[in-house]
Amino acid sequence: MHTFAYARPTTLAEAVAILDEHGPGARLLAGGTDLLIRLRDGTARPVLVVDLKRIAELRPAIREEDGRLVISAGTVMTDIAADDTVRRFFGALAEAASVVGSVQIRNRATLAGNVCNASPAADTAPALLVYDAVVVTEGLSGIRRIRVDDFFVRPGVTTLGRAEIVVAIELPMPARKMGAVHVRRTRRRGHDLASATLCCGVDAGGVTRLAYGSVGPRPVLAVDESGVLGDPAAPDAAKAPIFERMFADASPSPRSMRASPDYRLAMLRVLGTRALRTAIDRLAQA
Amino acid sequence: MSEMVRTIPIELTVNGRRRALEVAAHHTLLEVLRDDLELTGTKECCLVGECGACTVSLDGRIVDSCLVLAVEADGAAVLTVEGLAGGGRLTPLQQAFLDKGAAQCGFCIPGQLMSALALLQATPAPTREAVEEAIAGNLCRCGGYEQIIDAILAAAEADER
Repeated sequence: MHTFAYARPTTLAEAVAILDEHGPGARLLAGGTDLLIRLRDGTARPVLVVDLKRIAELRPAIREEDGRLVISAGTVMTDIAADDTVRRFFGALAEAASVVGSVQIRNRATLAGNVCNASPAADTAPALLVYDAVVVTEGLSGIRRIRVDDFFVRPGVTTLGRAEIVVAIELPMPARKMGAVHVRRTRRRGHDLASATLCCGVDAGGVTRLAYGSVGPRPVLAVDESGVLGDPAAPDAAKAPIFERMFADASPSPRSMRASPDYRLAMLRVLGTRALRTAIDRLAQA
Repeated sequence: MSEMVRTIPIELTVNGRRRALEVAAHHTLLEVLRDDLELTGTKECCLVGECGACTVSLDGRIVDSCLVLAVEADGAAVLTVEGLAGGGRLTPLQQAFLDKGAAQCGFCIPGQLMSALALLQATPAPTREAVEEAIAGNLCRCGGYEQIIDAILAAAEADER
């Protein structure tokens, strides 16, 4: 690994000032499960690594606040997957967090890091899109709240500004009952990246939200407000064209090594069909 | 870069013993355990967090030590495979690995033991499926998974009795 300096700020203001001073030469370190790999293979060559884990404001915490569930930036996948409130109201996010990497990775990897890394295959991204999550950031010009759908741009690129740090991910507490599920396709059971990753949520108002990743440069959200997809009594002939439209933005790269575009697109529909059925069942049970 | 690499003082507890060290920022916990503290039970293998040969416990949670900078472990308590047996006696988990023939080449075993220990501490009577999930981050190139899983289940059962 090449050499770099290391900073361990204890306040957010200090971290923002360090980022402002060093610009793109500084890289933020949360769980490190992606950054350490990139530091070692040389695809990231920062002058300075800024460790966020001693910053009081970012300490691991999941709390309800003004109708939102606030997951602080330091919170790791293990704790999200095990949290009672997440499991009760945002079950598909708990499911997604519980399949990221391995136990070792989940003990270290943060949700905020997963979002900032902006991998098209990020398993938590579809669930965050379905639950309409908000990325809360803090920088020189204060606090911003960015809808997660407006946060992802392309692999490794987000709308995060210069010297801006993600402080939390917020999930609006559901206004209506929702049934939701996360599903994915991997090459092997266990520790693997997804060839297709998908989340489907159907709410009591009939709205179906379908989000998927690993089939294009960024995770995609599609919403059906007609009520047809979420209606268990609607005929298949009515559902089929709407269901097909939901996948219009899937555009898998032919260069990816995990699966061919044709396979990914075929699996996306299989996963979507299964997830829609499960989401409807879960809504009925909710 | 000709600039001298600056070191950072850290203090951590490794297998119950307080250690004060000077580490370079770009050195991983794995490198410091093996090269500076000469605890070579923890293995270096894939270096991308897939194989689990470098698994250690950090403040009670298992991590891939190849993905942790040594400076990040400042102030932490680290447990490595060397910290398991005491007074010349193997732990029941280690004994079960021997009894079930879980170790073939043995290279993955330190990591498997750390993952198994973390599982049994959290879930004293796990299902076979839970064991599989617990060691999903530990690859065994000899393919000795069945014996490893049997050993973990046997250790859990012995503990129940």
